[in-house]
Amino acid sequence: MAELKKNTNKNVELKGAKKEDIMSPWKVVKHRLRRNKLAMVGLYTLLFMIILAIFGPIVQKYVFGITMEKIDLYNISAPPSLKHPLGTDEVGRDILTRLMYGGRISLTVGIVAVSISVVIGSIIGGISGYYGGVVDGIIMRLVDIFMCFPFFPLLLMLAAVLSDYKVDPKYRIYFVMIIIGILSWTGLARIVRGQILSLREQEFMQAAEALGLRDRRKIFRHLLPNTFASIIVSATLGIGSAILSESALSYLGLGVTPPYPSWGQMVQVATDYYVMQYEYWKWIPPGVCIFLTVMAINLFGDGLRDALDPKLKR
Amino acid sequence: MIPVLIGVSIIIFLIFQAAPGDALTGMMDPKMSYETKQKLRKQLHLDEPGIIQYKYWVQNVLKGDFGESFYFKQPVGKVMNTYIWNSFYLSLASFILSVLIAIPIGVISATRQYSFMDYFFTVFALIGISMPSFFFGLLLIKWFAVDIKLFPVSGMMTAGSTAVGFAKFKDVMYHMTLPLIVLTLGSVAGLMRYTRSSMLEVIRQDYVRTARAKGLREKVVIYKHALRNALIPVVTIFGMWLPGLFSGAMITEAIFNWPGIGPIELLAVNNRDYPLLMGINMLLAFLTLLGNLIADVTYALVDPRIRLK
Repeated sequence: MAELKKNTNKNVELKGAKKEDIMSPWKVVKHRLRRNKLAMVGLYTLLFMIILAIFGPIVQKYVFGITMEKIDLYNISAPPSLKHPLGTDEVGRDILTRLMYGGRISLTVGIVAVSISVVIGSIIGGISGYYGGVVDGIIMRLVDIFMCFPFFPLLLMLAAVLSDYKVDPKYRIYFVMIIIGILSWTGLARIVRGQILSLREQEFMQAAEALGLRDRRKIFRHLLPNTFASIIVSATLGIGSAILSESALSYLGLGVTPPYPSWGQMVQVATDYYVMQYEYWKWIPPGVCIFLTVMAINLFGDGLRDALDPKLKR
Repeated sequence: MIPVLIGVSIIIFLIFQAAPGDALTGMMDPKMSYETKQKLRKQLHLDEPGIIQYKYWVQNVLKGDFGESFYFKQPVGKVMNTYIWNSFYLSLASFILSVLIAIPIGVISATRQYSFMDYFFTVFALIGISMPSFFFGLLLIKWFAVDIKLFPVSGMMTAGSTAVGFAKFKDVMYHMTLPLIVLTLGSVAGLMRYTRSSMLEVIRQDYVRTARAKGLREKVVIYKHALRNALIPVVTIFGMWLPGLFSGAMITEAIFNWPGIGPIELLAVNNRDYPLLMGINMLLAFLTLLGNLIADVTYALVDPRIRLK
C-alpha cells in the first residue's frame, strides 16, 4: 500500500510538471514501463533468451568447438557433466548447444510469423476501416470465415499437406512461419479496423482530405500510425502464442523437423516413458525454455498494454 | 451466418484438394486393377472438375453424410459420434471447474487492485497462459503418475474394467484428474483476467457508490450489485466456449491418451484420413458459428439495455 501511495504522488508530480519538462508520449510510456516491475522482469528475461540464442552457438562453436551436429561418441545419453552442462541426447549431441539453436529457430518463427500477421492484419484492417460500406462488409465476412476455423486443427491439416509434398526441412521452417502468420492476422485486423472507423471521423482527416492526399497516403501515413499502440501490444502477445503454436506443432512432429532442432521438437523424446522417468535432462530444459520465453513475452506485453493505455492514469 | 458457412466449406474443400492423392489413394487395395480403379473413380465423381466435386460433397454433407473414414472404415459421422462425447465430458468438467475457480479469483483481484493478491493471481494467470500444455501434461505424468504413482498414466478407464454406475464414474474421474488439471490451468487464466477487467469497470460506476452510500455491507455491494453487471460480458464468452467443449484439447487429450476427438484427429492427420478431417473441421466451424450466435442471444437476454438497439 505504501508503495502505491508513493506511485500516485509521483504521478501527480508528473502531471503537474513545469512546461520545460513536458514528456513526449513515448517517454511517458517508457517511464510507466520502468515502474512496472513484472514487465521489467519479463523484458530482461526475454533479452537474456535472445542474447543466448544469438551468441550462444557462436561461443560454443569457437570457444568449446561444439556444434549442433557434433556427436560425442563417448557420451551418449550422458547426464549433465562439466563437459556437457545439460547432458547429451541419444546420439551424443550436446543438449545445451541444441537448446541455443532451438531458441534461434523458435524465436525466429515467432517473430517472422507475427510480422507476417501484422502486415496482413494492419493493411486489411486499414483498408476495411477506411473505405467502410461494401468493402468493409466483404472483408469482415472474410475475417469471420477465417475466425471460425478451429485454429489448431487447421494448422495441423496444413502442416500435414506440407509433409505430403516432402518439403526440405530447411525450407519447411519458413513454411511453418508463413502458415502461422496467415492463420493469425484476423484478430489484429478487427482491432485496427475498429480504431480506424472512429479515427477517420476526426478533424485531422478532414485536413488530410482538404490537402488532397491520396487514399494510400491517408491510410498508411495518417491513420495507421495512430493505431500503433494496439498493434504493438497485440504483436508482442502474438509472438508468445506463435512460439506456443510452433512448439506444439513441432512436438507433434509436424512443425520444424530434424536435423533442425526446435524446443517443442526436443520435448518429443519424453513420449518414451524411460526417457521421461530417468533422462530428465533431455526434455525438461527445452520445455522450461518455452515456458520462460513465452512467460517473459506475456509479462512484458501485459505491462506494455497498461503503459500504452491512455485511459489508465493511476 | 450462412455465407460464412459456405466460405468455410469452400476453404476446407480447397485444402483437401491441395493435398496430394484423392479419396481413392487412402482406401484402395494396392492389388486393384486399373479398370476397377477408373470405375470407382467414376462412381465417386473423382474424374470430374473440382467445382462439381464440391457440389457433390456439399449435397452429401447437407444430408449428414461426411463420407467414409479411410482409417476406421466407417462413416465419418459414426466415428465422430463415438469419440466426441468423451471430449465433451472432459471439457465440460474443466469448464465447470474453471468457472468456479476463475470468477471468485477475478473478483478478489479486482476489488483489491494492485494488492499482493492481485499481483499473485496476475502472475498465476500469465503462467497458465504461457505454459505449453504438452510440457505441463508431461510434467504431471512424470510427477504424479510415474514417480509417485498416484494417478494413472493415461486412458479413460482401467483396462478391462466392467464397473457400472457410481464405480464407473469414480474410475473415470480418477483417470480424468491429470488432464483436467492441465486443461483448467489453461482456461482459468483467460476467464479470470476477463472477470477482473470487467469487474474493475463496474466498481467504478456511480450506482456502486450509491449502494455503498446507502450503507450496504461491502460484501453485498460487491457480490450482489456489482458482480451481476460485471458478469454480463463474461456470460457471453460462455457461448464462444461451445466449439471448445466438443473440439476438445487435442494435445492434452493426446498426451493422456484420452479417447476423445483430439487423438482421433491426430490419427487422421497422420494417416491422411481427409474425409474424417474435413468432417471434424466442418463440425467445429459450424459449432463456432453457433457459439457466436448463442453469445449474441445471451447478451441480449442478460442485458436488457442491449435489446433497445
